[in-house]
Amino acid sequence: MTAQTLQRPPAPDADAAARIRPRRRFTGRGLLHAYTWLIIAWLALPILVMIAFGFNDTPGRYNTSWVGFTFKWYAPDQLFLYPDLTDALILSLVIAIVASLVSGALGTGIGYALGRYRFRGAGSFNLLMFAAISSPELIMGASLLSLFVSLGTGVGPVTIAIAHIMFSISFVAVVVRSRVMVLDRSIEEAAADLGASPWTTFWKVTFPIILPAVMSGVLLAFALSIDDFIVTFFTAGTYETFPIWIWGATRVGIPPQVNVMGTLIFAVGVLGAIIANVRSRSGQRTR
Amino acid sequence: MTTPQHSVVQARPATHAAGAPAIEFVGVHKNYLSHGETVPAVKRTDLAIVQGEFFSLLGPSGCGKTTTMRMIAGFEEPTAGQIFLDGKDVTGVAANKRDVNMVFQSYALFPHLNTYQNVAFGLERRKVAKSEIERRVGEILEIVSLTGMEKRSPREMSGGQQQRVALARALVNRPRALLLDEPLGALDLKLRQQMQIELKRIQREVGITFVYVTHDQGEALTMSDRIAVMCAGVIEQLGSPREIYERPASRFVAGFIGTSNIVDGHVERTEGGLALLSYTTQDRVVVPVPQSVRTGDKLEVSIRPEKVDLHRTLPPVQATGGSVLSGTVTEVVYHGTSTNYTVATAAGADFTVFDQNASNADDLAGRGDRVYLTWAPQHSYLIGV
Ligand SMILES: Nc1ncnc2c1ncn2[C@@H]1O[C@H](COP(=O)(O)OP(=O)(O)OP(=O)(O)O)[C@@H](O)[C@H]1O
Ligand SMILES: [Mg+2]
Repeated sequence: MTAQTLQRPPAPDADAAARIRPRRRFTGRGLLHAYTWLIIAWLALPILVMIAFGFNDTPGRYNTSWVGFTFKWYAPDQLFLYPDLTDALILSLVIAIVASLVSGALGTGIGYALGRYRFRGAGSFNLLMFAAISSPELIMGASLLSLFVSLGTGVGPVTIAIAHIMFSISFVAVVVRSRVMVLDRSIEEAAADLGASPWTTFWKVTFPIILPAVMSGVLLAFALSIDDFIVTFFTAGTYETFPIWIWGATRVGIPPQVNVMGTLIFAVGVLGAIIANVRSRSGQRTR
Repeated sequence: MTTPQHSVVQARPATHAAGAPAIEFVGVHKNYLSHGETVPAVKRTDLAIVQGEFFSLLGPSGCGKTTTMRMIAGFEEPTAGQIFLDGKDVTGVAANKRDVNMVFQSYALFPHLNTYQNVAFGLERRKVAKSEIERRVGEILEIVSLTGMEKRSPREMSGGQQQRVALARALVNRPRALLLDEPLGALDLKLRQQMQIELKRIQREVGITFVYVTHDQGEALTMSDRIAVMCAGVIEQLGSPREIYERPASRFVAGFIGTSNIVDGHVERTEGGLALLSYTTQDRVVVPVPQSVRTGDKLEVSIRPEKVDLHRTLPPVQATGGSVLSGTVTEVVYHGTSTNYTVATAAGADFTVFDQNASNADDLAGRGDRVYLTWAPQHSYLIGV
């Protein structure tokens, strides 16, 4: 009885609301949908074109107009048809892996220190980091080249890696720093309180908590390195990385192999992101 | 809630010098440096906390309670002075090498570990055997009523449950002393009261020294064996809840702990250990005083609201034998179990009077009524002696 009388009153209100609101909500939602899909298309279209033209049955090296569908570029003998392209890809991958791991390690250390401690010079360090992020690549590349030349080290894979580590560190450090800054200090104090040495505290408590930030830093560094052109161009000497090879090939035509390699790198990246996502979600559920 | 009959967590056998306090401060002083300025947070403090007691640090915000705790735990080093744990000087010893554990106000649970892993953390650091860890974690989770929640992560638990994980994580190590910094601060009233009872029970069961920080005087009074009332980095008074409540050592303590009526006046005469402060021919306050008090001295007297009786007519002097103050009721507030009257008295001070609503009778008086307040001499308490 009471329950009924309590439930009744809202009904007329709800009716009234149903009469007035739905249209408005519909158009609002429709706009939001259209906008969302537009953005997604804008972001995805270049990638889709790249993937599609990896399946283009083009006769020669020119791969600009659609001929027909084929899987043949995915066959190893076709994919690795140009040895210098294959070498360039391998060089790019090796440099990207080395650069992302090294800058991941160093950048995590820097980011942790900047986020956790106040020390003399922390301010100028921050400034330097943002300078490295925001300075034009062209200038960075040119100065690195003159540095290496004046040091007499010569240029090659090692100098490319050094350059890539140099500009990636700041990105990793910034990502890690912002995570550490919002990390509750007392969590680390609790670890120390329970008998953990600073070393154990870092590896058992701090690092697992900031790991997602470290991972995004490392992935960012990898992405920055694998497709970097300008700085690499200055520091590569006679060596060719994947982007430099493509740049060289523009005059003679970019073959579909490039699309396939691009697609594969992209697929690995997407797979990594999905795995990271699923793991963190299942982690949330079971932990 | 399960209450195991047996005490499963015992304090470790005493290896220290017999009778040494669990925690001792000798001339401990702490300055913080903040933007080039020295901020004294704890001033030259001597303090001894007895083995196995429930000791509370009580005081208003910013008085140095957390700082005191952090110095015991080893997160802050004193600027001057020494800290002893079980008679051993631990000044300068790192937090991870001190045999005390802390329960943080924010709980500070490890978000990437589940309940079991959180609680086992301290034992793992001490390389306790795996089977032993399992046994002890199981026991302590039973004590804090969290059995079955081993696999939950902190974010899948309520505030009260997280609080108990934090407690278990500290207790499982059987520390010499457990430091609790406003552990119930984030809980709602009902849960808070429930946890107060739980904490007290756990402390009795495990027999570990508890150092408890709170700014809730009710909490401190109900739970503690002894209380230190702090104000601006100084311990104003240290004593049992009853001592602190009934015989506040300073105006600050009297005002901070519960409600106090404070009157001052000059001694008219002393007689048999009692001093008489009189205001008009009939308004007078009688207070027990030490020998040293002389006629003409200015005294501050504190009277608890529940000790005062309120009358509509002036009772005969023989019947009261103590203090009488006349006044006018300015406020009547009904509180359920009691009614509170505010009375502007002839002594110049406003008095608060609690009257228990024992019978269903109407209010003793209404606003604007002329009333007489009386109380026995022993309920007047001289502040600051
Ligand atoms: N790291 C610090 N640097 C500078 N001053 C500090 C620091 N920590 C605390 N203080 C100051 O020291 C004094 C005591 O602080 P503390 O945290 O011990 O107070 P508290 O009694 O725990 O207060 P609350 O009840 O608000 O927690 C305060 O005036 C505070 O501003
Ligand atoms: Mg505090």
